[in-house]
Amino acid sequence: MNETTPAERLPIEGRTEALEQLLTERGLVDPAVLDGFIQTYETSVGPMNGAKVIAKAWTDPEYRERLLADGTAAIAELGFAGPGGEHIVVVENTPTRHNVIVCTLCSCYPWPVLGLPPSWYKDPAYRARVVREPRAVLAEMGLQLPTDTEIVVRDSTSEVRWLVLPQRPPNTENLSEPELAHLVTRDSMIGVAILTSL
Amino acid sequence: MSGIADLGGTAGWGRVMAPTATAPVFARPWEGRAFALALVSMSRVSGRNRDAFRHALERLDRDDYFQDGYYGRWLIGAELMLVDSAILAPGAVEARTRRLHGEDVEEPLAPEPNKPDYAPTAAGSLRTVTRPSVFAVGQVVRATGTHLTGHTRLPAYLRGHLGVIELVQPAALLPDTHALFLGENPQHVYTVRFDSRELWGADAELFEVTAELYESYLEPVS
Repeated sequence: MNETTPAERLPIEGRTEALEQLLTERGLVDPAVLDGFIQTYETSVGPMNGAKVIAKAWTDPEYRERLLADGTAAIAELGFAGPGGEHIVVVENTPTRHNVIVCTLCSCYPWPVLGLPPSWYKDPAYRARVVREPRAVLAEMGLQLPTDTEIVVRDSTSEVRWLVLPQRPPNTENLSEPELAHLVTRDSMIGVAILTSL
Repeated sequence: MSGIADLGGTAGWGRVMAPTATAPVFARPWEGRAFALALVSMSRVSGRNRDAFRHALERLDRDDYFQDGYYGRWLIGAELMLVDSAILAPGAVEARTRRLHGEDVEEPLAPEPNKPDYAPTAAGSLRTVTRPSVFAVGQVVRATGTHLTGHTRLPAYLRGHLGVIELVQPAALLPDTHALFLGENPQHVYTVRFDSRELWGADAELFEVTAELYESYLEPVS
């Protein structure tokens, strides 16, 4: 990589502080509003929301049907909506068909149910490669799919957002909905992992 | 514009990062500030929109896009939108950054703001389109090879290729014109499914790719 030396490049921390100062001193930005955004995405909007959706779908067949028919509305039933969630489509992963989500053009992601995207999702290697060699990419991430499992890569190019309904792990029949929600991982709802038995 | 952001299928990136279960949402405090600053700058402060923000990201140079990661490009993209709307003078952030580091540099005067003359016809991107959709589920279509403006959501790796309509999605405003304040131009949107070997040739892994494509990105195949 032909990188600029640090001496020529403005340090990003200082640059961030400078922009905040410039906008704040002219009354264009209220730092308390910034604090609020940060706190929201650090504490109340994250994959724990999606996990509740998935656990409910596993335990309530009618909810599952509604979720697959109209993801946005079914997700809103649990109180999850907002930026990055105007229209959410939920797809089911099965032993024979496996969906995996990406945004090659930026890093579109279903914020209301998964929060802000993890580092690897925003990294160029994932964005570039998963639409070209998903099996190899998933293997690098620790997921070896059977050779006869069909793979569908969902490139999020519009404001439509995708959420994967992962397979319920075996031997979880006796677990309650909240217990099941604890088993659901962020990565299983993006489609780069499957949930194994306890 | 294909540009720096259009990464699908490009080579030379090495291995993907290993997922970690417990990474913080913002690895360092500045990332949270940059995220929030970009959010408020996007519409409220700059008078622009999410598509204009993506267009700003695409116009960054390679270092600005990659060197400080996702939130680095968000911050620098936000700066670019604020300069575009003349909320900030070019060089204002650099000058303030240098002053914060003890350099005695003069700061440019704040210019007269020049926000785009645009008021959304509704919140968000979904719109009602009364004309019927041109394409139907199951129909074979071709992604066009060109685009109209300096911004598009048609990735380069799909251009010119054949796919099948899988779903008709809710109609939405067209990012290509919305990003440049050339009109909302609402359109039907389709999930189009492509075979990996149509995209990458006979040696590719067997799989399917779908993308949401706006009606004007698609041509019928007879």
